[in-house]
Amino acid sequence: MTVSRRPFVKRLMLHVALLPFLIFALFPFYHMTLTSLKRDRELYDRYAVPLVITQGPTLEHYAKLLWDTEFLTWTKNSLMVTFLATGISVVIGTIAAYALARLKFFGVASLGTGIFITYLVPTSLLFLPLAQVVQWLGLSDSKWALVLTYPTFLVPFCTWLLIGYFRTVPKEVEECAMVDGATRIQALWRIVLPMAVPGLVCAALFAFTLSWNEFIYALTFTSSSEQITASVGVTTELIRGDIYFWGSLMAGAVLGSVPIVILYVFFLDYYVSGLTAGAIK
Amino acid sequence: MAVRADDIPVPRGRPRLAGRVREWLDHESILGPVFVTPALLLLVLLVAYPFVMALYFSMSNAFIGRPSRWVGLHNFIALWDSDVFRQTFQNAFVFTSIAVAFKVVLGIILALLLNEQLWFKRMIRGAVLLPWVIPTALSTLGWWWMFNSLYSVVNWTGIALGIMDPPGPNWLGQRYYAMSAVIAVNVWRGLPFFAITILAGLVAIPKELYEAAEADGAGANARFWHVTLPLLRPVLAVVVLFSTIFTFGDFNIVYILTHGGPINATHLFATLSRQVGIDTGRIGEGAAISLYLFPLLVFVVWAQLRFVRKQVY
Repeated sequence: MTVSRRPFVKRLMLHVALLPFLIFALFPFYHMTLTSLKRDRELYDRYAVPLVITQGPTLEHYAKLLWDTEFLTWTKNSLMVTFLATGISVVIGTIAAYALARLKFFGVASLGTGIFITYLVPTSLLFLPLAQVVQWLGLSDSKWALVLTYPTFLVPFCTWLLIGYFRTVPKEVEECAMVDGATRIQALWRIVLPMAVPGLVCAALFAFTLSWNEFIYALTFTSSSEQITASVGVTTELIRGDIYFWGSLMAGAVLGSVPIVILYVFFLDYYVSGLTAGAIK
Repeated sequence: MAVRADDIPVPRGRPRLAGRVREWLDHESILGPVFVTPALLLLVLLVAYPFVMALYFSMSNAFIGRPSRWVGLHNFIALWDSDVFRQTFQNAFVFTSIAVAFKVVLGIILALLLNEQLWFKRMIRGAVLLPWVIPTALSTLGWWWMFNSLYSVVNWTGIALGIMDPPGPNWLGQRYYAMSAVIAVNVWRGLPFFAITILAGLVAIPKELYEAAEADGAGANARFWHVTLPLLRPVLAVVVLFSTIFTFGDFNIVYILTHGGPINATHLFATLSRQVGIDTGRIGEGAAISLYLFPLLVFVVWAQLRFVRKQVY
Protein backbone atom coordinates (compact mmCIF):
# COMPACT_ATOMS: atom_id res chain seq x y z
CA MET A 1 0.00 0.00 0.00
CA THR A 2 2.69 2.46 0.96
CA VAL A 3 4.47 1.49 -2.22
CA SER A 4 1.61 2.33 -4.53
CA ARG A 5 1.08 5.61 -2.74
CA ARG A 6 4.62 6.67 -3.46
CA PRO A 7 5.30 5.71 -7.06
CA PHE A 8 8.36 7.96 -7.24
CA VAL A 9 10.15 6.13 -4.44
CA LYS A 10 9.18 2.80 -5.93
CA ARG A 11 10.58 3.80 -9.28
CA LEU A 12 13.76 5.05 -7.72
CA MET A 13 14.22 1.72 -5.92
CA LEU A 14 13.71 -0.12 -9.20
CA HIS A 15 16.50 1.84 -10.81
CA VAL A 16 18.75 1.23 -7.83
CA ALA A 17 18.05 -2.50 -8.16
CA LEU A 18 18.92 -2.34 -11.86
CA LEU A 19 22.22 -0.60 -11.18
CA PRO A 20 24.31 -3.74 -10.47
CA PHE A 21 23.03 -5.31 -13.70
CA LEU A 22 23.93 -2.20 -15.69
CA ILE A 23 27.40 -2.03 -14.16
CA PHE A 24 27.94 -5.73 -14.88
CA ALA A 25 26.84 -5.26 -18.49
CA LEU A 26 28.71 -2.07 -19.27
CA PHE A 27 31.83 -2.05 -17.13
CA PRO A 28 33.94 -4.30 -19.40
CA PHE A 29 33.35 -1.91 -22.32
CA TYR A 30 34.15 1.10 -20.18
CA HIS A 31 37.33 -0.51 -18.96
CA MET A 32 38.37 -1.63 -22.44
CA THR A 33 37.91 1.86 -23.85
CA LEU A 34 39.66 3.45 -20.90
CA THR A 35 42.65 1.11 -21.23
CA SER A 36 42.95 1.83 -24.93
CA LEU A 37 43.21 5.56 -24.20
CA LYS A 38 45.78 5.40 -21.38
CA ARG A 39 49.46 6.14 -21.74
CA ASP A 40 51.68 3.10 -21.14
CA ARG A 41 53.25 4.79 -18.12
CA GLU A 42 49.89 4.95 -16.37
CA LEU A 43 48.67 1.62 -17.76
CA TYR A 44 51.50 -0.34 -16.18
CA ASP A 45 51.61 1.59 -12.92
CA ARG A 46 50.36 -0.86 -10.31
CA TYR A 47 49.58 1.90 -7.85
CA ALA A 48 47.50 4.01 -10.20
CA VAL A 49 43.73 3.97 -9.88
CA PRO A 50 42.58 1.79 -12.82
CA LEU A 51 39.08 3.24 -13.04
CA VAL A 52 39.97 6.67 -14.45
CA ILE A 53 42.61 8.35 -16.62
CA THR A 54 44.74 10.70 -14.54
CA GLN A 55 47.69 11.40 -16.83
CA GLY A 56 45.73 12.53 -19.85
CA PRO A 57 44.30 10.41 -22.67
CA THR A 58 46.30 9.42 -25.72
CA LEU A 59 45.54 7.97 -29.13
CA GLU A 60 48.98 6.39 -29.51
CA HIS A 61 47.64 2.84 -29.17
CA TYR A 62 45.13 3.48 -31.94
CA ALA A 63 47.82 5.00 -34.12
CA LYS A 64 50.02 1.97 -33.53
CA LEU A 65 47.15 -0.38 -34.31
CA LEU A 66 46.25 1.35 -37.57
CA TRP A 67 49.74 1.98 -38.92
CA ASP A 68 51.98 -0.71 -37.44
CA THR A 69 49.64 -3.68 -37.82
CA GLU A 70 47.44 -5.12 -40.55
CA PHE A 71 44.30 -4.10 -38.69
CA LEU A 72 42.80 -2.29 -41.68
CA THR A 73 43.29 -5.37 -43.87
CA TRP A 74 41.59 -7.55 -41.26
CA THR A 75 38.68 -5.11 -41.07
CA LYS A 76 38.38 -5.08 -44.83
CA ASN A 77 38.32 -8.89 -44.83
CA SER A 78 35.67 -8.92 -42.11
CA LEU A 79 33.53 -6.47 -44.05
CA MET A 80 33.82 -8.42 -47.27
CA VAL A 81 33.04 -11.77 -45.69
CA THR A 82 30.21 -10.34 -43.62
CA PHE A 83 28.50 -8.49 -46.46
CA LEU A 84 28.72 -11.40 -48.88
CA ALA A 85 27.68 -14.06 -46.36
CA THR A 86 24.80 -11.88 -45.17
CA GLY A 87 23.58 -11.16 -48.69
CA ILE A 88 23.72 -14.79 -49.78
CA SER A 89 22.07 -16.03 -46.61
CA VAL A 90 19.23 -13.53 -46.62
CA VAL A 91 18.34 -14.35 -50.24
CA ILE A 92 18.50 -18.13 -49.74
CA GLY A 93 16.73 -17.83 -46.40
CA THR A 94 13.97 -15.61 -47.79
CA ILE A 95 12.91 -17.88 -50.62
CA ALA A 96 13.20 -20.99 -48.45
CA ALA A 97 11.17 -19.36 -45.70
CA TYR A 98 8.49 -18.26 -48.14
CA ALA A 99 8.19 -21.77 -49.53
CA LEU A 100 8.05 -23.31 -46.06
CA ALA A 101 5.56 -20.79 -44.72
CA ARG A 102 3.22 -20.58 -47.68
CA LEU A 103 3.50 -23.33 -50.26
CA LYS A 104 2.27 -26.87 -50.09
CA PHE A 105 4.60 -29.39 -51.63
CA PHE A 106 6.09 -32.78 -50.98
CA GLY A 107 8.19 -32.93 -47.81
CA VAL A 108 7.52 -29.38 -46.63
CA ALA A 109 6.97 -30.31 -42.98
CA SER A 110 10.04 -32.49 -42.58
CA LEU A 111 12.13 -29.87 -44.34
CA GLY A 112 11.00 -27.24 -41.84
CA THR A 113 11.98 -29.54 -39.02
CA GLY A 114 15.32 -30.26 -40.71
CA ILE A 115 16.15 -26.58 -40.93
CA PHE A 116 15.18 -26.09 -37.33
CA ILE A 117 17.56 -28.88 -36.31
CA THR A 118 20.50 -27.43 -38.24
CA TYR A 119 19.74 -24.14 -36.54
CA LEU A 120 20.57 -25.85 -33.22
CA VAL A 121 23.84 -27.48 -34.34
CA PRO A 122 26.72 -25.62 -32.69
CA THR A 123 29.58 -24.61 -34.99
CA SER A 124 32.03 -26.32 -32.65
CA LEU A 125 30.63 -29.69 -33.75
CA LEU A 126 31.46 -29.22 -37.43
CA PHE A 127 34.64 -27.17 -37.69
CA LEU A 128 36.97 -30.19 -37.98
CA PRO A 129 35.34 -31.88 -41.00
CA LEU A 130 34.56 -28.49 -42.56
CA ALA A 131 38.26 -27.69 -42.43
CA GLN A 132 38.78 -30.78 -44.59
CA VAL A 133 36.04 -29.76 -47.02
CA VAL A 134 37.60 -26.31 -47.27
CA GLN A 135 40.96 -27.89 -48.01
CA TRP A 136 39.52 -30.11 -50.76
CA LEU A 137 37.93 -27.10 -52.37
CA GLY A 138 41.32 -25.42 -52.44
CA LEU A 139 40.14 -22.67 -50.11
CA SER A 140 42.59 -23.29 -47.26
CA ASP A 141 43.69 -20.04 -45.68
CA SER A 142 41.30 -18.00 -47.81
CA LYS A 143 38.57 -15.67 -46.71
CA TRP A 144 36.38 -17.23 -49.40
CA ALA A 145 36.20 -20.30 -47.19
CA LEU A 146 34.32 -18.11 -44.70
CA VAL A 147 31.97 -16.73 -47.36
CA LEU A 148 31.15 -20.33 -48.18
CA THR A 149 30.76 -21.71 -44.66
CA TYR A 150 29.07 -18.85 -42.78
CA PRO A 151 25.75 -19.42 -44.60
CA THR A 152 25.63 -22.86 -42.94
CA PHE A 153 24.57 -21.23 -39.70
CA LEU A 154 23.08 -18.04 -41.16
CA VAL A 155 20.61 -19.66 -43.56
CA PRO A 156 18.85 -21.77 -40.89
CA PHE A 157 18.63 -18.71 -38.68
CA CYS A 158 17.27 -16.40 -41.41
CA THR A 159 14.84 -19.04 -42.64
CA TRP A 160 13.54 -19.67 -39.18
CA LEU A 161 13.11 -15.98 -38.40
CA LEU A 162 11.43 -15.22 -41.72
CA ILE A 163 8.97 -18.12 -41.59
CA GLY A 164 7.50 -16.32 -38.59
CA TYR A 165 7.32 -13.00 -40.43
CA PHE A 166 5.76 -14.46 -43.58
CA ARG A 167 3.06 -16.09 -41.51
CA THR A 168 2.01 -12.64 -40.26
CA VAL A 169 1.33 -11.43 -43.82
CA PRO A 170 -2.33 -12.32 -44.45
CA LYS A 171 -2.75 -14.91 -47.18
CA GLU A 172 -5.73 -13.01 -48.64
CA VAL A 173 -3.60 -10.05 -49.73
CA GLU A 174 -1.48 -12.32 -51.85
CA GLU A 175 -4.46 -14.22 -53.22
CA CYS A 176 -6.10 -10.95 -54.26
CA ALA A 177 -3.04 -10.01 -56.27
CA MET A 178 -3.05 -13.40 -57.94
CA VAL A 179 -6.71 -13.16 -58.81
CA ASP A 180 -5.87 -9.84 -60.44
CA GLY A 181 -3.47 -11.63 -62.74
CA ALA A 182 -0.14 -11.53 -60.95
CA THR A 183 1.96 -14.66 -60.92
CA ARG A 184 3.00 -16.05 -57.58
CA ILE A 185 6.50 -14.67 -57.97
CA GLN A 186 5.14 -11.23 -58.79
CA ALA A 187 2.87 -11.42 -55.77
CA LEU A 188 5.85 -12.38 -53.62
CA TRP A 189 8.03 -9.61 -55.01
CA ARG A 190 5.48 -6.79 -55.04
CA ILE A 191 3.15 -7.65 -52.16
CA VAL A 192 4.63 -10.08 -49.65
CA LEU A 193 8.24 -8.92 -49.51
CA PRO A 194 7.35 -5.23 -49.01
CA MET A 195 5.06 -6.26 -46.16
CA ALA A 196 7.79 -8.37 -44.62
CA VAL A 197 10.44 -5.65 -44.74
CA PRO A 198 10.81 -5.47 -40.94
CA GLY A 199 11.52 -9.19 -40.95
CA LEU A 200 14.04 -8.86 -43.76
CA VAL A 201 15.83 -6.02 -41.96
CA CYS A 202 15.89 -8.12 -38.84
CA ALA A 203 17.26 -11.17 -40.64
CA ALA A 204 19.93 -9.09 -42.36
CA LEU A 205 20.94 -7.42 -39.10
CA PHE A 206 21.28 -10.71 -37.26
CA ALA A 207 23.10 -12.35 -40.12
CA PHE A 208 25.49 -9.41 -40.20
CA THR A 209 26.05 -9.56 -36.46
CA LEU A 210 26.48 -13.33 -36.35
CA SER A 211 29.01 -13.38 -39.15
CA TRP A 212 30.91 -10.36 -37.87
CA ASN A 213 31.16 -12.07 -34.49
CA GLU A 214 32.00 -15.54 -35.77
CA PHE A 215 35.30 -16.79 -34.43
CA ILE A 216 35.95 -20.55 -34.51
CA TYR A 217 35.59 -21.01 -38.28
CA ALA A 218 37.64 -17.90 -38.99
CA LEU A 219 40.32 -19.08 -36.57
CA THR A 220 40.43 -22.56 -38.09
CA PHE A 221 40.08 -21.88 -41.82
CA THR A 222 42.29 -18.80 -42.16
CA SER A 223 45.67 -17.94 -40.69
CA SER A 224 47.74 -15.58 -42.80
CA SER A 225 47.61 -11.88 -42.11
CA GLU A 226 46.08 -11.03 -45.50
CA GLN A 227 43.12 -13.39 -45.04
CA ILE A 228 42.05 -13.26 -41.39
CA THR A 229 39.11 -11.31 -39.99
CA ALA A 230 39.21 -8.57 -37.37
CA SER A 231 38.38 -10.82 -34.39
CA VAL A 232 41.05 -13.34 -35.32
CA GLY A 233 43.61 -10.69 -36.19
CA VAL A 234 43.23 -8.87 -32.90
CA THR A 235 43.32 -12.05 -30.81
CA THR A 236 46.20 -13.78 -32.59
CA GLU A 237 48.45 -11.24 -34.28
CA LEU A 238 48.51 -8.67 -31.49
CA ILE A 239 49.63 -11.25 -28.96
CA ARG A 240 53.21 -12.22 -29.57
CA GLY A 241 54.86 -14.53 -27.07
CA ASP A 242 54.45 -13.39 -23.51
CA ILE A 243 54.57 -9.69 -24.16
CA TYR A 244 51.14 -8.17 -24.53
CA PHE A 245 50.54 -4.71 -25.78
CA TRP A 246 47.45 -4.17 -23.75
CA GLY A 247 46.80 -0.67 -25.04
CA SER A 248 46.72 -1.72 -28.70
CA LEU A 249 44.94 -4.95 -27.85
CA MET A 250 42.10 -3.03 -26.21
CA ALA A 251 42.11 -0.49 -29.04
CA GLY A 252 41.66 -3.40 -31.46
CA ALA A 253 38.83 -4.83 -29.39
CA VAL A 254 37.11 -1.43 -29.35
CA LEU A 255 37.56 -0.69 -33.06
CA GLY A 256 36.58 -4.25 -34.02
CA SER A 257 33.26 -3.73 -32.26
CA VAL A 258 32.50 -0.35 -33.84
CA PRO A 259 30.54 -1.58 -36.91
CA ILE A 260 28.23 -3.64 -34.72
CA VAL A 261 27.77 -0.82 -32.21
CA ILE A 262 26.79 1.57 -35.01
CA LEU A 263 24.19 -0.87 -36.35
CA TYR A 264 23.05 -1.53 -32.83
CA VAL A 265 22.43 2.10 -31.97
CA PHE A 266 20.29 2.61 -35.07
CA PHE A 267 18.39 -0.66 -35.02
CA LEU A 268 18.03 -1.48 -31.33
CA ASP A 269 14.35 -2.33 -31.61
CA TYR A 270 14.99 -4.80 -34.40
CA TYR A 271 17.59 -6.53 -32.28
CA VAL A 272 15.13 -6.85 -29.41
CA SER A 273 12.35 -8.23 -31.60
CA GLY A 274 14.65 -10.55 -33.53
CA LEU A 275 16.15 -11.98 -30.40
CA THR A 276 12.79 -12.94 -28.99
CA ALA A 277 11.36 -14.07 -32.34
CA GLY A 278 14.25 -16.43 -32.94
CA ALA A 279 13.61 -18.23 -29.70
CA ILE A 280 9.86 -18.10 -29.37
CA LYS A 281 8.45 -18.52 -32.84
CA MET B 1 -7.50 -19.57 -58.22
CA ALA B 2 -4.13 -19.81 -59.92
CA VAL B 3 -4.02 -17.85 -63.14
CA ARG B 4 -3.27 -19.90 -66.21
CA ALA B 5 -0.40 -18.78 -68.34
CA ASP B 6 -2.64 -18.35 -71.41
CA ASP B 7 -4.49 -15.57 -69.63
CA ILE B 8 -1.36 -13.53 -69.15
CA PRO B 9 -0.43 -11.45 -72.15
CA VAL B 10 3.07 -12.53 -73.02
CA PRO B 11 5.09 -9.70 -74.56
CA ARG B 12 6.04 -10.41 -78.14
CA GLY B 13 9.57 -11.54 -78.86
CA ARG B 14 9.98 -13.29 -75.52
CA PRO B 15 11.17 -16.85 -76.04
CA ARG B 16 8.47 -19.42 -75.40
CA LEU B 17 10.62 -21.26 -72.89
CA ALA B 18 10.48 -18.33 -70.50
CA GLY B 19 6.71 -18.38 -70.64
CA ARG B 20 6.60 -22.05 -69.93
CA VAL B 21 9.02 -21.74 -67.02
CA ARG B 22 6.83 -18.99 -65.65
CA GLU B 23 3.80 -21.22 -65.90
CA TRP B 24 5.56 -24.02 -64.09
CA LEU B 25 6.70 -21.71 -61.32
CA ASP B 26 3.09 -20.83 -60.62
CA HIS B 27 2.48 -24.34 -59.36
CA GLU B 28 3.11 -24.69 -55.65
CA SER B 29 4.39 -28.21 -56.10
CA ILE B 30 7.14 -26.91 -58.40
CA LEU B 31 7.86 -23.46 -56.97
CA GLY B 32 8.19 -24.88 -53.45
CA PRO B 33 11.01 -27.32 -54.24
CA VAL B 34 12.70 -24.71 -56.46
CA PHE B 35 12.69 -22.20 -53.62
CA VAL B 36 14.06 -24.58 -51.01
CA THR B 37 16.72 -26.12 -53.25
CA PRO B 38 19.52 -23.60 -52.53
CA ALA B 39 19.01 -23.93 -48.78
CA LEU B 40 18.74 -27.69 -49.04
CA LEU B 41 21.90 -28.00 -51.14
CA LEU B 42 23.81 -25.83 -48.72
CA LEU B 43 22.67 -27.78 -45.70
CA VAL B 44 23.27 -31.16 -47.28
CA LEU B 45 26.73 -30.32 -48.64
CA LEU B 46 28.03 -28.19 -45.79
CA VAL B 47 26.19 -29.48 -42.72
CA ALA B 48 24.96 -33.03 -43.26
CA TYR B 49 27.95 -34.19 -45.27
CA PRO B 50 30.56 -32.76 -42.85
CA PHE B 51 28.60 -34.35 -40.04
CA VAL B 52 28.88 -37.74 -41.69
CA MET B 53 32.56 -36.99 -42.21
CA ALA B 54 32.92 -36.22 -38.52
CA LEU B 55 31.38 -39.62 -37.78
CA TYR B 56 33.80 -41.26 -40.19
CA PHE B 57 36.84 -39.41 -38.80
CA SER B 58 35.88 -40.29 -35.26
CA MET B 59 35.96 -43.97 -36.17
CA SER B 60 39.33 -43.78 -37.89
CA ASN B 61 42.85 -42.97 -36.84
CA ALA B 62 42.92 -40.00 -39.22
CA PHE B 63 45.98 -37.84 -38.89
CA ILE B 64 46.73 -34.77 -40.98
CA GLY B 65 48.35 -35.77 -44.26
CA ARG B 66 48.27 -39.51 -43.70
CA PRO B 67 45.90 -42.21 -45.02
CA SER B 68 43.51 -43.27 -42.29
CA ARG B 69 42.42 -46.66 -41.11
CA TRP B 70 39.07 -47.74 -39.68
CA VAL B 71 39.26 -48.29 -35.93
CA GLY B 72 35.58 -48.55 -34.99
CA LEU B 73 34.65 -47.09 -31.62
CA HIS B 74 38.24 -47.17 -30.42
CA ASN B 75 38.60 -43.38 -30.19
CA PHE B 76 35.43 -42.94 -28.16
CA ILE B 77 36.49 -45.61 -25.67
CA ALA B 78 40.20 -44.76 -25.55
CA LEU B 79 39.32 -41.18 -24.62
CA TRP B 80 38.19 -42.39 -21.22
CA ASP B 81 41.76 -43.45 -20.44
CA SER B 82 42.85 -39.88 -20.85
CA ASP B 83 42.88 -37.69 -17.75
CA VAL B 84 42.51 -34.62 -19.91
CA PHE B 85 39.32 -35.92 -21.48
CA ARG B 86 37.79 -37.02 -18.18
CA GLN B 87 38.59 -33.59 -16.78
CA THR B 88 37.02 -31.96 -19.85
CA PHE B 89 33.89 -34.06 -19.54
CA GLN B 90 33.47 -32.98 -15.95
CA ASN B 91 34.26 -29.34 -16.80
CA ALA B 92 31.59 -29.29 -19.51
CA PHE B 93 28.88 -30.32 -17.07
CA VAL B 94 30.05 -28.04 -14.25
CA PHE B 95 30.41 -25.10 -16.63
CA THR B 96 27.06 -25.61 -18.35
CA SER B 97 24.95 -26.32 -15.29
CA ILE B 98 26.30 -23.45 -13.19
CA ALA B 99 26.28 -20.94 -16.04
CA VAL B 100 22.74 -21.82 -17.16
CA ALA B 101 21.47 -21.75 -13.56
CA PHE B 102 22.89 -18.26 -13.04
CA LYS B 103 21.48 -17.07 -16.34
CA VAL B 104 18.00 -18.35 -15.51
CA VAL B 105 17.84 -16.80 -12.04
CA LEU B 106 19.47 -13.49 -12.97
CA GLY B 107 17.53 -13.43 -16.23
CA ILE B 108 14.19 -13.70 -14.42
CA ILE B 109 15.16 -10.98 -11.94
CA LEU B 110 16.40 -8.68 -14.68
CA ALA B 111 13.30 -9.30 -16.82
CA LEU B 112 11.01 -8.52 -13.87
CA LEU B 113 12.86 -5.25 -13.31
CA LEU B 114 12.77 -4.32 -16.99
CA ASN B 115 9.04 -5.03 -17.10
CA GLU B 116 8.35 -2.19 -14.65
CA GLN B 117 7.87 1.48 -15.44
CA LEU B 118 11.35 2.86 -16.05
CA TRP B 119 12.63 6.32 -16.85
CA PHE B 120 15.02 5.49 -19.65
CA LYS B 121 13.44 2.25 -20.79
CA ARG B 122 14.96 2.13 -24.26
CA MET B 123 18.41 3.13 -23.12
CA ILE B 124 18.42 0.64 -20.27
CA ARG B 125 17.32 -2.16 -22.57
CA GLY B 126 20.01 -1.15 -25.03
CA ALA B 127 22.66 -1.26 -22.33
CA VAL B 128 21.49 -4.62 -21.04
CA LEU B 129 21.58 -6.18 -24.50
CA LEU B 130 24.99 -4.82 -25.45
CA PRO B 131 27.16 -7.76 -24.25
CA TRP B 132 25.19 -10.03 -26.55
CA VAL B 133 25.85 -8.09 -29.76
CA ILE B 134 29.56 -7.28 -29.37
CA PRO B 135 31.92 -9.92 -30.85
CA THR B 136 32.51 -12.39 -28.03
CA ALA B 137 36.14 -12.91 -28.98
CA LEU B 138 36.81 -9.19 -28.59
CA SER B 139 34.83 -8.57 -25.44
CA THR B 140 36.47 -11.60 -23.85
CA LEU B 141 39.81 -9.90 -24.49
CA GLY B 142 38.51 -7.11 -22.27
CA TRP B 143 37.71 -9.64 -19.56
CA TRP B 144 41.11 -11.20 -20.01
CA TRP B 145 42.66 -7.85 -19.19
CA MET B 146 40.28 -7.41 -16.25
CA PHE B 147 41.49 -10.76 -14.83
CA ASN B 148 45.17 -10.06 -15.55
CA SER B 149 47.37 -11.38 -12.75
CA LEU B 150 49.20 -8.08 -12.18
CA TYR B 151 46.76 -5.37 -13.17
CA SER B 152 43.37 -6.94 -12.50
CA VAL B 153 40.79 -4.22 -12.04
CA VAL B 154 38.54 -6.81 -10.40
CA ASN B 155 41.11 -7.38 -7.67
CA TRP B 156 41.86 -3.66 -7.36
CA THR B 157 38.17 -2.96 -6.77
CA GLY B 158 37.84 -5.90 -4.41
CA ILE B 159 40.78 -4.74 -2.36
CA ALA B 160 39.61 -1.14 -2.38
CA LEU B 161 36.21 -2.26 -1.09
CA GLY B 162 37.86 -4.48 1.52
CA ILE B 163 36.35 -7.71 0.16
CA MET B 164 39.70 -9.19 -0.93
CA ASP B 165 43.06 -9.48 0.75
CA PRO B 166 45.90 -8.10 -1.36
CA PRO B 167 47.00 -9.18 -3.88
CA GLY B 168 43.69 -10.98 -4.51
CA PRO B 169 43.19 -14.24 -6.39
CA ASN B 170 45.14 -15.09 -9.51
CA TRP B 171 41.96 -15.53 -11.53
CA LEU B 172 43.22 -17.37 -14.55
CA GLY B 173 46.02 -19.26 -12.83
CA GLN B 174 44.14 -21.24 -10.19
CA ARG B 175 41.69 -23.91 -11.19
CA TYR B 176 38.52 -22.95 -9.32
CA TYR B 177 39.04 -19.26 -9.88
CA ALA B 178 39.64 -19.89 -13.57
CA MET B 179 36.40 -21.86 -13.82
CA SER B 180 34.53 -19.08 -12.01
CA ALA B 181 36.02 -16.51 -14.37
CA VAL B 182 34.99 -18.47 -17.45
CA ILE B 183 31.49 -18.97 -16.06
CA ALA B 184 31.21 -15.28 -15.17
CA VAL B 185 32.03 -14.22 -18.72
CA ASN B 186 29.58 -16.75 -20.15
CA VAL B 187 26.84 -15.46 -17.83
CA TRP B 188 27.73 -11.88 -18.77
CA ARG B 189 27.42 -12.64 -22.45
CA GLY B 190 24.31 -14.88 -22.23
CA LEU B 191 22.25 -12.92 -19.69
CA PRO B 192 20.82 -10.46 -22.27
CA PHE B 193 19.31 -13.30 -24.28
CA PHE B 194 17.62 -14.70 -21.18
CA ALA B 195 16.43 -11.33 -19.87
CA ILE B 196 15.03 -10.04 -23.16
CA THR B 197 13.32 -13.33 -24.07
CA ILE B 198 11.84 -13.78 -20.61
CA LEU B 199 10.71 -10.15 -20.74
CA ALA B 200 8.79 -10.94 -23.94
CA GLY B 201 7.17 -13.82 -22.05
CA LEU B 202 6.25 -11.54 -19.15
CA VAL B 203 4.66 -8.95 -21.41
CA ALA B 204 2.47 -11.67 -22.91
CA ILE B 205 0.92 -12.62 -19.55
CA PRO B 206 -2.62 -11.12 -19.40
CA LYS B 207 -2.99 -8.39 -16.76
CA GLU B 208 -6.38 -9.80 -15.72
CA LEU B 209 -4.71 -12.81 -14.16
CA TYR B 210 -2.77 -10.58 -11.79
CA GLU B 211 -5.89 -8.57 -10.99
CA ALA B 212 -7.80 -11.75 -10.27
CA ALA B 213 -4.99 -13.06 -8.08
CA GLU B 214 -4.81 -9.76 -6.23
CA ALA B 215 -8.57 -9.78 -5.68
CA ASP B 216 -8.16 -13.23 -4.16
CA GLY B 217 -5.69 -11.75 -1.72
CA ALA B 218 -2.45 -12.99 -3.26
CA GLY B 219 0.59 -10.91 -2.29
CA ALA B 220 3.42 -10.03 -4.62
CA ASN B 221 5.27 -13.20 -3.69
CA ALA B 222 2.31 -15.48 -4.22
CA ARG B 223 1.55 -13.78 -7.53
CA PHE B 224 5.09 -14.48 -8.73
CA TRP B 225 5.11 -18.16 -7.71
CA HIS B 226 1.54 -19.00 -8.73
CA VAL B 227 0.90 -16.76 -11.74
CA THR B 228 4.14 -15.49 -13.28
CA LEU B 229 6.35 -18.52 -12.97
CA PRO B 230 3.88 -21.16 -14.23
CA LEU B 231 2.98 -18.99 -17.22
CA LEU B 232 6.64 -18.36 -18.01
CA ARG B 233 7.36 -22.06 -18.14
CA PRO B 234 7.15 -22.49 -21.93
CA VAL B 235 9.43 -19.50 -22.55
CA LEU B 236 11.85 -20.68 -19.89
CA ALA B 237 11.93 -24.14 -21.44
CA VAL B 238 12.89 -22.75 -24.85
CA VAL B 239 15.53 -20.41 -23.48
CA VAL B 240 17.10 -23.05 -21.26
CA LEU B 241 17.21 -25.65 -24.05
CA PHE B 242 18.75 -23.18 -26.47
CA SER B 243 21.27 -21.93 -24.01
CA THR B 244 22.23 -25.39 -22.78
CA ILE B 245 23.38 -26.59 -26.16
CA PHE B 246 25.26 -23.40 -26.99
CA THR B 247 26.87 -23.16 -23.54
CA PHE B 248 27.89 -26.81 -23.74
CA GLY B 249 29.47 -26.21 -27.14
CA ASP B 250 31.11 -22.93 -26.15
CA PHE B 251 34.53 -22.22 -27.58
CA ASN B 252 35.40 -18.52 -27.74
CA ILE B 253 35.39 -17.64 -24.07
CA VAL B 254 37.55 -20.52 -22.88
CA TYR B 255 39.87 -20.32 -25.86
CA ILE B 256 40.68 -16.68 -25.24
CA LEU B 257 40.51 -16.48 -21.49
CA THR B 258 42.39 -19.61 -20.42
CA HIS B 259 43.15 -21.79 -23.48
CA GLY B 260 41.70 -24.61 -21.37
CA GLY B 261 44.16 -24.09 -18.53
CA PRO B 262 45.38 -24.03 -15.86
CA ILE B 263 46.23 -27.74 -16.29
CA ASN B 264 43.06 -28.38 -18.34
CA ALA B 265 40.82 -27.15 -15.54
CA THR B 266 38.61 -25.19 -17.94
CA HIS B 267 38.84 -27.21 -21.16
CA LEU B 268 35.48 -27.81 -22.86
CA PHE B 269 34.79 -30.28 -25.66
CA ALA B 270 35.21 -27.63 -28.36
CA THR B 271 38.54 -26.30 -27.10
CA LEU B 272 39.98 -29.75 -26.45
CA SER B 273 38.73 -30.97 -29.81
CA ARG B 274 40.48 -28.08 -31.52
CA GLN B 275 43.70 -28.64 -29.58
CA VAL B 276 43.79 -32.35 -30.42
CA GLY B 277 42.34 -32.16 -33.94
CA ILE B 278 44.06 -29.06 -35.31
CA ASP B 279 47.07 -28.24 -33.14
CA THR B 280 48.37 -31.80 -32.84
CA GLY B 281 46.72 -33.07 -36.04
CA ARG B 282 44.95 -36.11 -34.59
CA ILE B 283 41.73 -35.46 -36.50
CA GLY B 284 40.13 -38.79 -35.60
CA GLU B 285 40.48 -38.21 -31.90
CA GLY B 286 39.47 -34.56 -32.22
CA ALA B 287 36.30 -35.50 -34.09
CA ALA B 288 35.45 -38.08 -31.44
CA ILE B 289 35.80 -35.43 -28.72
CA SER B 290 33.52 -32.97 -30.50
CA LEU B 291 30.96 -35.72 -31.11
CA TYR B 292 30.50 -36.02 -27.37
CA LEU B 293 28.43 -32.86 -27.88
CA PHE B 294 26.05 -34.87 -30.01
CA PRO B 295 23.97 -36.76 -27.40
CA LEU B 296 23.06 -33.49 -25.70
CA LEU B 297 22.19 -31.99 -29.08
CA VAL B 298 19.89 -34.93 -29.78
CA PHE B 299 18.21 -34.47 -26.43
CA VAL B 300 17.71 -30.73 -26.95
CA VAL B 301 16.31 -31.24 -30.45
CA TRP B 302 14.00 -33.98 -29.21
CA ALA B 303 12.79 -31.85 -26.31
CA GLN B 304 12.25 -28.82 -28.54
CA LEU B 305 10.29 -30.81 -31.09
CA ARG B 306 8.35 -32.76 -28.51
CA PHE B 307 7.36 -30.03 -26.09
CA VAL B 308 7.92 -26.69 -27.69
CA ARG B 309 7.39 -26.87 -31.41
CA LYS B 310 4.66 -29.46 -31.67
CA GLN B 311 1.96 -26.85 -32.21
CA VAL B 312 3.62 -25.54 -35.39
CA TYR B 313 4.21 -28.55 -37.59
